[in-house]
Amino acid sequence: MQTKRQKIKDSYLLYSFRRDKVAIVSATILALFLFAALFAPMLAPYDPYDVTSIDIMDAEIPPSWMEGGESRFFLGTDIMGRDLLSTMLYGLRISVAIGIGAVFLQAFIGIAIGLASGYLGGRVDAVLMRIADVQLSFSTLMVAIIVSAIVQVAFGVGRYEQIAVPLLIVIIGIAEWPQYARTVRASVLGEKNKEYVEAARVIGLDSKRIMFSHILPNTLSPVLVISTVQVANAVMSEAALSFLGLGMPVSMPSIGSLINAGFEYIFSGAWWITFFPAMLLIVFILVINLLGDWLRDVLNPKLYKG
Amino acid sequence: MQLLEVKNLEVSFALRQGDLVALNDISFSLGKKERLGVVGESGAGKSVTGFAVINLISKPGKITNGEILFEGKRLDTLSEKEMRTIRGNRISMIFQDPMMTLNPVLTIGTQMVETLQAHRKISQKEAEAVAVKKLERVHIPSPARRLSQYPHEFSGGMRQRIIIAIALLTDPSIIIADEPTTALDVTIQAEIMDLLQELCNSEDMGLMLITHDLGVVAEVTERVLVMYAGKIIETAKTSDLVSNPLHPYTRGLMNALPGHGTCDTANRLQQIPGTMPNLTEIAPGCSFHPRCEHCQDICSSEVPQLRKISGNDSRFVSCHFAEEGWQNG
Amino acid sequence: MAEAIVTIDNLVKYFDISGGFLEQLQFDSGKIVRRKTEVKAVNGVSFSIQPGETLAVVGESGCGKSTLARTVIGLYPPTSGSVYFKGERIDTLSPQQMLPYRKQMQMIFQDPYASLNPRKSVRQTLEEPIRFHMGTLNKGEVEERMAHVMEQVGVNPGWKDRFPHEFSGGQRQRIAIARSLVIDPLFVVADEPVSALDVSIQAQILNLLMDAQEERGLTYLFITHDLSVVRHIAARVAVMYLGTLCELAPTSELYSTPRHPYTQALLSAIPVLDGKKKKHIKLAGEIPTPINLPTGCIFHGRCIHADDRCRSEIPELMESSDSSEVLVACHGVAEGRI
Repeated sequence: MQTKRQKIKDSYLLYSFRRDKVAIVSATILALFLFAALFAPMLAPYDPYDVTSIDIMDAEIPPSWMEGGESRFFLGTDIMGRDLLSTMLYGLRISVAIGIGAVFLQAFIGIAIGLASGYLGGRVDAVLMRIADVQLSFSTLMVAIIVSAIVQVAFGVGRYEQIAVPLLIVIIGIAEWPQYARTVRASVLGEKNKEYVEAARVIGLDSKRIMFSHILPNTLSPVLVISTVQVANAVMSEAALSFLGLGMPVSMPSIGSLINAGFEYIFSGAWWITFFPAMLLIVFILVINLLGDWLRDVLNPKLYKG
Repeated sequence: MQLLEVKNLEVSFALRQGDLVALNDISFSLGKKERLGVVGESGAGKSVTGFAVINLISKPGKITNGEILFEGKRLDTLSEKEMRTIRGNRISMIFQDPMMTLNPVLTIGTQMVETLQAHRKISQKEAEAVAVKKLERVHIPSPARRLSQYPHEFSGGMRQRIIIAIALLTDPSIIIADEPTTALDVTIQAEIMDLLQELCNSEDMGLMLITHDLGVVAEVTERVLVMYAGKIIETAKTSDLVSNPLHPYTRGLMNALPGHGTCDTANRLQQIPGTMPNLTEIAPGCSFHPRCEHCQDICSSEVPQLRKISGNDSRFVSCHFAEEGWQNG
Repeated sequence: MAEAIVTIDNLVKYFDISGGFLEQLQFDSGKIVRRKTEVKAVNGVSFSIQPGETLAVVGESGCGKSTLARTVIGLYPPTSGSVYFKGERIDTLSPQQMLPYRKQMQMIFQDPYASLNPRKSVRQTLEEPIRFHMGTLNKGEVEERMAHVMEQVGVNPGWKDRFPHEFSGGQRQRIAIARSLVIDPLFVVADEPVSALDVSIQAQILNLLMDAQEERGLTYLFITHDLSVVRHIAARVAVMYLGTLCELAPTSELYSTPRHPYTQALLSAIPVLDGKKKKHIKLAGEIPTPINLPTGCIFHGRCIHADDRCRSEIPELMESSDSSEVLVACHGVAEGRI
């Protein structure tokens, strides 16, 4: 009767969700964004990757409601003459893909290491956690600089565009896994001395089975909570890297590289090229963080079982 | 005049499933030097009773009916500010876990002086002198030296003594002790029980002892309330109650006590079947009837009142057959 | 007497709490020395348990009774000494070699809220040990076994798809007991199985444990702090203080004539119902820490009968002069002073 338990949990989640207006609004906006990102090719009026459709003569057209604006470009165009709305939708798609991909990678590495570290303890724990400390002392930026320098040399600048997305996922994933490792380790330490784990050992189960089948499912609540924050962080990291020119190339822009591309023109009057992507980024990050806060409050075992 | 009088107290919790009545028509009184026990299993409402007396019911709970009189004065209608001059001052509290009550980063001297200065205008020196005197009262050796020590430097039994000393600081008229010995070992529990009895006599205090342990109640108290699912089901002099419990639940509890109760031939304890109901699912009629082996038709339809037992002015039982004798059939 | 089912011989368990290498360094008269801090939880305990009997180990918190239980069942490796199961030494076995013994030894824990995995249904909890130890059973046989044991412990077999949070404390403890019985063990270690429960539920669980013992011929090692519980369930009682046995005696004998001064103090501290106030024996001083154990008799600092011999010489657990079934570790008793 998996469904029955699901029903109870869901009803509590749903109950607190329905009472929380912030959560409802955030979830709605997030759903809209994710929908837009997923169906960008269908929703966007133009295809910003289609070089043939881009006309350099259309560059820097202001939004449609402003003087000099044209109705065919609702939010105006960027410096290359691409429709800004379409480019933003495609950019959001890339940002979301990188954000989620990076979080999966982080979670995979971090949970495995955190679980081993917390459960096995002793030397294994000491070594793994020192590695995590070292990793944290390299900022995302340094990892990005080193890795993308190596990759660009190895594959050549020409092919960079093709491997940029997986590359960024790997960079951000590697840079941030210690967050997961630490969270998981802390909750494993809390769980591993509980009597149900001792009971499993008395039965004679081996460490692997106890770790994955007994302890892991009980450590997933905090993992879920930090995942929301981590998606936001990954999108931010990607934007920051792109802004610095270490991320997505301008020919295949993410939100961050759009902001970067417009930045040079902000003082020449073409403020919209930076403004709209920046607003999109801010709202996107904000709603994820608000949802994360809500989820943390709901899953907080003290409040929940209280 | 009684020191404390509680009349028809009702406490409800507003939950999302609706209102939950945690205490239902609770009345009792406590006199000077009297030691009153409140017994029940977890969820019976005994701790809520203690908190209600000092007006510390936390939200979403609320006193919804009844009155609480302390030395003739209404407590339940006092403002929080007025209540603070009584709580911790005229009525002190002792809780189960001494480690939760003491602040681990302050010396016990600091904590005692702070408590005293919160209620009295008193200099540091004088406050310390009072603290030393109270530590002496609870038999802590070399009390003056102990003032500068931290809670972790004391053993569990010593910490509970310190808690009691803190409760005594303001010379309260009533001490409410909520499971004061539950976290302690038996040998230390025995010391604390002796100490509480001694203090009630020497300091002229009333004691309200809240516990799940009938043995502790039998040793320490003179009168006892037995609670079940938010109601008082039996109240009597402690000696009367333990020698002849009149409510089937009280009898069941005593029989279930290992080492005290009666055993059948195979050395099994007499058990009460089932568990105490959740407050949300209390049965109609007598709340104990689904677990009662003497249950009759009337028990499931009519709520028994707490009635005086003829021939004994201090004895009240809420059972339809308390006097007719359910014991006989 | 039949062959003992479990025998422990001079069992010692120390825990190293000194932390990492750097934390072990200390200054001692001008020199840096590396020093380990150890908690001496169990110090040379020996006894054996006969098939079908219940041996209770009683003591106050911190006396090492739970550590003893966990060392016997193999959750902790002993620091020294040995554990035998039906004459075979088991404390030196590898996890693989240990498996056949695991099936015969089970444990029941104190806290029914912590001893069941909150994310596993009753079915998953009960199925795991069956599938692990009785892999040859088919699906129907597994179901049948589960239903049977659930019925025996008084949990409706129809509830097997529920999760622990849907049950009360007493029901959870029944499920935990079902988990330990489902693979038909011979020997069960019960670590304070009723301490976390309400009085009326305590009685139900104690009766259940006694019923299960009768039906299955179980042997219990019953750990508790509550002497009144012991009186009901145990045939023999071992009283433990600071990691050492003070007295080991048949239950009725222990209650009627406690010999060791500590046993006497413990018994006098139990609250009684009958209103006749008895005098509690007051123990002097505080329980010493198990890090720095006292010299000589471990109890001498709190004992009113202690003399110089008690302070210097460790008493051995010896047969009492008047009964060969009673073992006492006290110079005073041996000399006839007490």
